[in-house]
Amino acid sequence: MKKELTCIACPLGCTVTVTLKGKEIISVEGNTCPRGKEYAITECIAPVRTVTTTVKCTDGSLVAVKTARPIPKDKMMEAMRIINYTVATLPISVGDVIIEELFGSSVVATAEKQ
Amino acid sequence: MTDLVIIGGGPAGMSAAISAYENGVKDILILERDDSLGGILRQCIHNGFGLHKFKEELTGPEYAHRYAKRVRELGIPVKLNTMVLEITEDKRVIATNSHDGIFEIQAKAIILAMGCRERAKGALNIGGSRPAGVYTAGTAQKLVNMKGYMPGKEIVILGSGDIGLIMARRMTLEGAHVKAVCELMPYSSGLARNIQQCLKDFDIPLRLSHTVVALHGGDRLTGVTIARVDESRRPIKETYEYVSCDTLLLSCGLIPENELVSGIGADISPVTSGSIVDQDRHTSAEGVFSCGNVLHVHDLVDYVSEEGEIAGKGAASYIQGTDVRNTDIKISVDGKIRYSVPQRITEKKDVTLYFRVSGVYKNVRVNIYGDDKLLISRKKQRVAPSEMETVKINRDMLDNISELSLKLEVVQ
Ligand code: SF4
Repeated sequence: MKKELTCIACPLGCTVTVTLKGKEIISVEGNTCPRGKEYAITECIAPVRTVTTTVKCTDGSLVAVKTARPIPKDKMMEAMRIINYTVATLPISVGDVIIEELFGSSVVATAEKQ
Repeated sequence: MTDLVIIGGGPAGMSAAISAYENGVKDILILERDDSLGGILRQCIHNGFGLHKFKEELTGPEYAHRYAKRVRELGIPVKLNTMVLEITEDKRVIATNSHDGIFEIQAKAIILAMGCRERAKGALNIGGSRPAGVYTAGTAQKLVNMKGYMPGKEIVILGSGDIGLIMARRMTLEGAHVKAVCELMPYSSGLARNIQQCLKDFDIPLRLSHTVVALHGGDRLTGVTIARVDESRRPIKETYEYVSCDTLLLSCGLIPENELVSGIGADISPVTSGSIVDQDRHTSAEGVFSCGNVLHVHDLVDYVSEEGEIAGKGAASYIQGTDVRNTDIKISVDGKIRYSVPQRITEKKDVTLYFRVSGVYKNVRVNIYGDDKLLISRKKQRVAPSEMETVKINRDMLDNISELSLKLEVVQ
């Protein structure tokens, strides 16, 4: 079976074709760089995504956050629910850990707030 | 007297400031309308920025932070919450804020870095009533990401530019139901990766060759009529379809925010709506430079920063009196190539041309002629209006020519 994927690892967005035999990956074609192959393999086995969103701060304002690493794609909505229940303590610098562990990643601030 | 006044503290302005400083101009002032540096990047909380510049994927705020930090380290003065009202031909900048009142600065050089704005409802000519619930995608982005307000629950998006796609995902993650993204053209103007990670990941339908023909509702939007369009982009009556929704987001293009230029009489390109510039991003108004989305709309911030660097360096040599003008080469395009920046070359040196095409073309050659001689021929499998292309012109190609013409030729 052939599967066509759009690589999301960079803005070029190459169309990558994966040939599968059952669950086994036979070949990956169309990627311009090695990251495309890596992406295609992960996408076929266990797709992951980086979640970017905001978190409420103690003063009611928002600060932008992201998962430091991509998390399982099917956990995105659950991750959102947990992040939306979280309140971050001010002041916040870029890179501060807001949630220690969430589906195998931490959640870190991407903006600063005094 | 200030050596260099930079109008706008977004990615273009910050990068221009750093570049001018590093090229020897220390007396700089950045004027920024918002309450912090960063421009539109502050509300672009998604990732995907900076792969060219930093070889890693950053979110908008992180990308902005790197530049803002550098501006701070260099001690470049910034006036925030400051609105520039006018610039004059003799390079006086008239601005206002609540602390200084209305004030005037005499500059030796000015860099325009005001960015762009979204094409709004009024410019789109949609029929029907005028209810609440219609926002530009960027306004919705600001409401959700900066203020924490959700504009609505049931969403239709018109336009599949990147902001529209990004907002489809953002609204979905925050619990809204995005019912469709309609795109007038037969192809999306957004990046392929955003079609995947913003629409397909969430099963949001992309309706190509579709538009919104009417709004419904009294005080609040209750639905829209969408329709398929024919080849000449006219809605087809038989395909009218009612979609109930409480919110319509418009992602229908960006326009350089160039009103200030009218005061100085710089030539504006009717194609880009930005100034006409040379290789240093020097406009036709002496000592006034332009970079970033106010010059032409970019798709990658990395290119905006790059352009800021060019303008900053150019302004620095202008201020120091070391700029050279030893030629005057016009750059022309054939229509299939919509525009190029710069539009002219006044100094013989290596120059990168940035250009955009007017439609999706496959198997083409980008040919660059110096007068009638073919200088560069580059094969491309696919070109699209949403992707800016670049080509490097070497200094020695610029000898004894008066015009560079860019042509897109289809290979059979
Ligand atoms: S394969 Fe490489 S070049 Fe192509 S989109 Fe993926 S990361 Fe980018």
